[in-house]
Amino acid sequence: MTLSLFLTQALNGVQFGVMLFLMAAGLTLVFGIMNLVNLAHGSLYMMGAYFLAALVPVTGNFFVAAVLAVAASLALGIVVELIALRTLYRRDHLDQVLCTFGLILFFNEIVRMIWGATALFVQPPPILSGFVQLLPGVIYPVYRLTIMGVGLAVAIFLYWLNGHTRLGMLIRAGASNRAMVGALGVNITLLYTLVFGLGAALAGLAGVMAGPILSVQSGMGDSILILTFVVIVIGGIGSIRGALVASILVGVVDTVGRVFLPLVLGAVFSPATSSKVGPAIASMSIYILMAAILFFRPQGLFPAHR
Amino acid sequence: MLTNRRFVAVASFLVLLALVPLLARFVGGEAFWIKFATRVMIYAIAAVSLDLILGFGGMVSFGHAAFLGVGAYAVGILSAEGIANGFVQWPVAILASALIAAAIGAISLMTRGVYFIMITLAFSQMLYFLGVSLTAYGGDDGMRLANRSRFPGLIDLSGDVTFFYVVLAILIGALVAGHRLVNSRFGMVIQGCRSNERRMRAIGFPTFRYKLAAFVISGVMCGIAGALLANLTAFVSPSEMHWTRSGEIMVMVIMGGMGSLFGPVLGAAGLLVLEEILSSHTQHWQAILGPILVLLVLFAKRGLFGLIDGKSAEKPAGLTGHG
Repeated sequence: MTLSLFLTQALNGVQFGVMLFLMAAGLTLVFGIMNLVNLAHGSLYMMGAYFLAALVPVTGNFFVAAVLAVAASLALGIVVELIALRTLYRRDHLDQVLCTFGLILFFNEIVRMIWGATALFVQPPPILSGFVQLLPGVIYPVYRLTIMGVGLAVAIFLYWLNGHTRLGMLIRAGASNRAMVGALGVNITLLYTLVFGLGAALAGLAGVMAGPILSVQSGMGDSILILTFVVIVIGGIGSIRGALVASILVGVVDTVGRVFLPLVLGAVFSPATSSKVGPAIASMSIYILMAAILFFRPQGLFPAHR
Repeated sequence: MLTNRRFVAVASFLVLLALVPLLARFVGGEAFWIKFATRVMIYAIAAVSLDLILGFGGMVSFGHAAFLGVGAYAVGILSAEGIANGFVQWPVAILASALIAAAIGAISLMTRGVYFIMITLAFSQMLYFLGVSLTAYGGDDGMRLANRSRFPGLIDLSGDVTFFYVVLAILIGALVAGHRLVNSRFGMVIQGCRSNERRMRAIGFPTFRYKLAAFVISGVMCGIAGALLANLTAFVSPSEMHWTRSGEIMVMVIMGGMGSLFGPVLGAAGLLVLEEILSSHTQHWQAILGPILVLLVLFAKRGLFGLIDGKSAEKPAGLTGHG
């Protein structure tokens, strides 16, 4: 219980936040532009992790497998969009929720049929599996630092894509008035498919990076999906900037809260009480945070301009 | 509200349901059928409660299983603390679900549309994790109750058949209450909010309070279903609050026909029977159920109840986010 522990946990929180950001960015893009609530986003994350687990033994190289897994997630996202989700854009949110809920059941079971019910494990590549000393007494896994780096790169890429490219311009235009963009001669259907594919690839990337940290198993996308919802509700639906801020916030509060809340409570209450109450409050902390933020800002921290 | 054909359908379904304990004796596997039918009715109560706010109020709550859990845990925790008296357990279950529904509703109803969906989902997930972290009460594994709620001097619930009829009576009570509620002035205001909340406000209705009241009523009804569920299996676990359970209850409402009171009952029966059939054929039944749900949403929005008289159920408007 020292400064070094605190720093390590804070870094873990940031790293978790980065993973959440990759998920939230895709989800918020898809919602902001197509007005689609996609619960199956967590399934794409899970499929990314499974693709990695399946491809590492085949290719023998983590990085090749990772690239292929992200590409496979992209392809899968596009297929799902073409088959099922495309018809949902004009339906109400309830239809979207139910339909994508059905997709979750399907994907969770499919991976169990193909890869079995037991969890798979992926080793991080040797070059990233060591530790690095950040400060005296603070050592940190290279792999987790890499995740942060990738997340940062994706954030910069999205900023560039959204604000400084023709595609980004079309995406923003499509978000504010899809009929007008279509009337101006843009193939809006293709644009939607591309955006959905981008979101799927980001979710797949998050899954790929989670593979070596977590166990790869059926249903792994569900818990992160709910957290992603919390993130984009806090950040403001449709806002990538909001997603970034909120995901780091949620990541840090969740991780640090889990470690330190029982300790803090232990200093005030008896050990028996704190060991009972601590984990309960810690697991609720981000939802309390969300409720508090929504109480003051019902549209989230950075409401998208719509 | 009910056409003749619908009335006949509802009446014959309820009569058939009431005869389940007798019929089961001929078919064999009596204990299984009675328990299964009881489970269907309990989920039907939960689905009816969701339909009150979803179908009639246009509030897409994706966290309704939370109240199922609250009701179940109220019974479970009291039972674990040695209070098996149903005269204490059930009122506590009702009170607890009312309070929690009021708290969740007060925050969630400040938002609209997709925010509302996600917030109700997040709150139910919060309660799920709370249940998981209650290690004193079984934590992740759940806990077993010593016995069903005791109502000394009134009724003995320990027999499955007695319990079946008590649940049937509560289901009918819930349907009657729901019918009266929906057709009352209060129900009209709620349905008005679904169609156009801004207009209702302009007329002078404090819509937030009306919607919150509807949310609490719905939460209480679902809490009662939770208390019954704990009694049925004499078992309480966080999995009753898991978000997939909320999804299932929602599917029951849609499958049966949203915006009709009896539809959710058919939906509950339909989904549970479908699950039972599929799972007896393959352990990977969810891989089949999932696509069925997708097709259902895409092509059969009217639900089972809509099929009965061939007439399109009134499509509830205003679910898209104007709330």
